[in-house]
Amino acid sequence: MKSSNRYNRQIILPEIGESGQEKLNASKVLVIGAGGLGCPVLQYLTAAGIGTLGIIDFDVVEASNLHRQVLYGDNSLGKNKSLAAKARLTDLNPTITIHAYPEKLTTKNALTLFSEYDIIVDGTDNFSTRYLVNDACVITGKPLVYGAIFKYQGQVSVFNYQNGPSYRCLFPDPPKAGSVPSCAEIGVLGVLPGIIGSMQANEVLKIILSLGNVLNGKLLMYDSLTAQSSSFSINRVSSEVSKVLASAKNFETIDYDLFCGIKQVSEITAKDVFLLEDVQFIDVREAYEQPKIENLNPSCIPLGNLQQQINDLDKDKETIVFCQSGIRSKKAVEILLANGFENVSHVKGGAIALNNSIPDLTGFENL
Amino acid sequence: MQLTIKYFGMLAEATTITEEQFSTESCSVSELLKKLRTQYPELSKKDFKVAINQQLVDHTYIIKTEAEIALLPPFAGG
Repeated sequence: MKSSNRYNRQIILPEIGESGQEKLNASKVLVIGAGGLGCPVLQYLTAAGIGTLGIIDFDVVEASNLHRQVLYGDNSLGKNKSLAAKARLTDLNPTITIHAYPEKLTTKNALTLFSEYDIIVDGTDNFSTRYLVNDACVITGKPLVYGAIFKYQGQVSVFNYQNGPSYRCLFPDPPKAGSVPSCAEIGVLGVLPGIIGSMQANEVLKIILSLGNVLNGKLLMYDSLTAQSSSFSINRVSSEVSKVLASAKNFETIDYDLFCGIKQVSEITAKDVFLLEDVQFIDVREAYEQPKIENLNPSCIPLGNLQQQINDLDKDKETIVFCQSGIRSKKAVEILLANGFENVSHVKGGAIALNNSIPDLTGFENL
Repeated sequence: MQLTIKYFGMLAEATTITEEQFSTESCSVSELLKKLRTQYPELSKKDFKVAINQQLVDHTYIIKTEAEIALLPPFAGG
């Protein structure tokens, strides 16, 4: 058989053998992002004979990718990365199954997709997707092989493995939006993602083959300029993990761009509200809360019921949400945005501010 | 006491150094960070975690002896 020799050099390692190869062939690994990190990860996992590989990436290959995203060449320009990667990888090893998903990873598709795989590899390039990937791994109970780079340095870790820490146990909150530049903004030498991605592939193989010490509870920092690496112990923070598990029910409605501060909830002042025409108002307070703002004729839907009653509302109409002081309404805007509403704002200061701004019949404000 | 402080990623740009020796009395991590932020105002704009002798700690941790402190920022790139 043509493939019988393919894995010989790893099969003859006494720690691996035929049984190790069978484990590799039986395993399913999903790689998020087929970019700088994803390419080396995919290349080595394909070559090693991982039975089923998934590749999700919505992006297309550009010329500026080619110095580090080594699965692609001139012929791939303009093509979707997951499809171009699949084409190249199929040639590298036609004996494995490769699923390409030329789409964006979202809260809508993540849980179903993750549940079909054994191990998830993070090769993304932004915090919104990194938190989304982490949370989906926590919820579906999948180990996450993490890698990230900055200029000449990289990080590698394995999260959510054998009751170990998750990404949120290391970084519970995303950094301020715009405070951490991307490779597109500051550049990267092509070899660095090659090194970090190869380390990630190595961790995947160690997990499947039960080899050595997996980077569970350890953050490895690698500096390519000094060629030094150091590793730091991370503890599991149960409250962070339980917070994610508690969000499982509403996972599809979470907006990770809002969470990471990339998108802001649009806000309107109470005074401006009374100048609006043809908008739907939603009061997300509980029925007993006063004062009522009857002038606006709002739909009264307490925040807790919003998700269930969302179909009673008109998605295409400009929507203004308010609560008592402007905190719950912000949450409500996030829910509406996650459900396809586009033109949504909340009232700064809520019903209290509105009540102070109701115009009287003479046109003077009731201050 | 003498601390070795290592600045990773963009923190090395904020401080313009990758490593330094820092003399201080015994103090908590948050007290140490206050001193560092006074010395390097750019650090105040950055988010990072602190490790002491390769173990991540929270800001209430008291540094009592000579130690290696690492300031670890999140990376986004892939």
